[in-house]
Amino acid sequence: MSVFPATAAAKSTGRGAAAPVKSRGQRTAYLFIAPLGLGFAVFYFWPLLQTFYFSFTEFGAFGGHTFIGTDNYVRVVRDVTVWQALGNTLIYSLIGLTALPVAIVVAALLNRRGLRGVALYRALYFVPFVTLPVAVGLVWNWLYNGDFGLLNEVLARFGIDRHYWVSDPSTAVFAIGTVMVWSTTGYYLIIFMAGIKGIPRDYYEAAELDGAGALRRFFTITLPLLSPTIFFASVICMINSLQTFDLIYIMMGEKNPAIGDTQSVVGLFYKWAFVENAQGAAAALAFLLMLLIAALTYLQFRFQKRWVHYA
Amino acid sequence: MPDTRTRGRAGSIATHAALSLGALVMVFPFLWQLLTALKTLAETSRVPPTFLPDDWNRESFEKVFTALPFREMLTNSVLNTVGRTLGQLVFCSLAAYAFARMRFRGRNVLFALFLSVLMVPSSLLVLPQYDIIQSLGLLNSAPALFLPGMFSAFGTFMLRQFFLTLPMELEEAARIDGAGSFRIFWSIMLPLIRPALAALAVITAMWSWNDLLWPLVVNTDPSTMPISAGLTSLEGQFETNYPVMMAGSLIASLPMLLVYVFLQRHFVQSVALSGSKS
Repeated sequence: MSVFPATAAAKSTGRGAAAPVKSRGQRTAYLFIAPLGLGFAVFYFWPLLQTFYFSFTEFGAFGGHTFIGTDNYVRVVRDVTVWQALGNTLIYSLIGLTALPVAIVVAALLNRRGLRGVALYRALYFVPFVTLPVAVGLVWNWLYNGDFGLLNEVLARFGIDRHYWVSDPSTAVFAIGTVMVWSTTGYYLIIFMAGIKGIPRDYYEAAELDGAGALRRFFTITLPLLSPTIFFASVICMINSLQTFDLIYIMMGEKNPAIGDTQSVVGLFYKWAFVENAQGAAAALAFLLMLLIAALTYLQFRFQKRWVHYA
Repeated sequence: MPDTRTRGRAGSIATHAALSLGALVMVFPFLWQLLTALKTLAETSRVPPTFLPDDWNRESFEKVFTALPFREMLTNSVLNTVGRTLGQLVFCSLAAYAFARMRFRGRNVLFALFLSVLMVPSSLLVLPQYDIIQSLGLLNSAPALFLPGMFSAFGTFMLRQFFLTLPMELEEAARIDGAGSFRIFWSIMLPLIRPALAALAVITAMWSWNDLLWPLVVNTDPSTMPISAGLTSLEGQFETNYPVMMAGSLIASLPMLLVYVFLQRHFVQSVALSGSKS
């Protein structure tokens, strides 16, 4: 983080000594930053402060915010649907994390020396990630369809009974979670392929000479040396799945009987803020979600010493 | 020796078998989508389902365009995508250049402040962002879609990393020749980080095309929605008409898939970058 070649060079030229030139340089730098800074101020920093303020207010029927102290936070903590959404969101995160082992195994297989078609495989695995999430949700709803869906038809061949995957509360979260894993595996695959590329070939060759088989090499070389990348990917994966919204919104609709069993925290936020007009409570919910993400990320960083090996 | 070679070949066949099976799982839903789109409504509700359509029916593809303002929605998606991407390229590259190559008071503090945007969940900002767009009178307009998305901490961070790798001598030589800061930035430094700009453009375009929450909030009038939000209203309208929904999904996904096929290298690069440079 502290590599600033520009600093070193500016010092070495010695031109910086002349005050007027330097201040002109400074002004130019601020001009370069100003457009982005202005955008951040208007659309990010100010809204952040506003949300914080909103979370202590009640939004009236005719507009306007009335200060009500911490009532919104009390409401959020006491609301059963919040805890249910939180539980669902944590389940999504856990299911979402299974994309990582899948991606690691595929990346390791693609790393096989002399393997042909690597680019084609990578391309095919990445397609679901590039595709419009709404389209992904719609096609999976069709595959999951209880009456005419292909999945039931295939399972019937194995003697498994017809099932309404997305509207049955006991399977809905897993049905959606599976699609999450399916659509994100390609993304992590590319990250892991880049990570594996960074492992020196010599290690594998030396291990091979020592008679280590493919599995052995995977567990003693690939996994430990990939652990910083795995750590990064798991942090990103968790942060993303805690904010999951799109797929649930698309796959559940509004009338689905399993909606309560699948609703995520952001889904609940959307409903409160833009359907039920409970802006204050929605803001409080969003803030608590941010705290949760920060806390879990912090825990991951604390915990990494136990399993992440930096070469 | 022949022993290890045959073992290697057997292993390679097993590897291909496993990888192909995985690839089939990844691609099959899209194939099924296409086949469904080409079936008649009656055929899709047949048990057991047919694999290939009886008569390859293109009606659903036409129906999509009459059932919704589909053309407008596609145009809105293009405007949203182009607006955000151009905005990020301009604003992020300017700031990234200053952070990487210029010396000024408060640089580190400002950079940390800018980076902190990365850590804020987008849902936290939606309510006030909506109020701002509303007070600007921009609800249900194209700028409402792309305004907040034009500014990106990720883009700034990524481009800064690239600017840092360029040699100092370039700037010094140009300065001795009398070029101003903006001139150096525009005609010397920017062309040198073209691969990074391409990678950022490609990944931003993808996020913009696929974004759902923000468009759902600001543009509720169907003719101003991008296709990502528009398709959800198709779902409401044609709850059980799967051929039409599949046709709509396919058309809506096609532009990004084409971008991906042609610019794959940049996609991969941008993802690998987001993975390794943090």
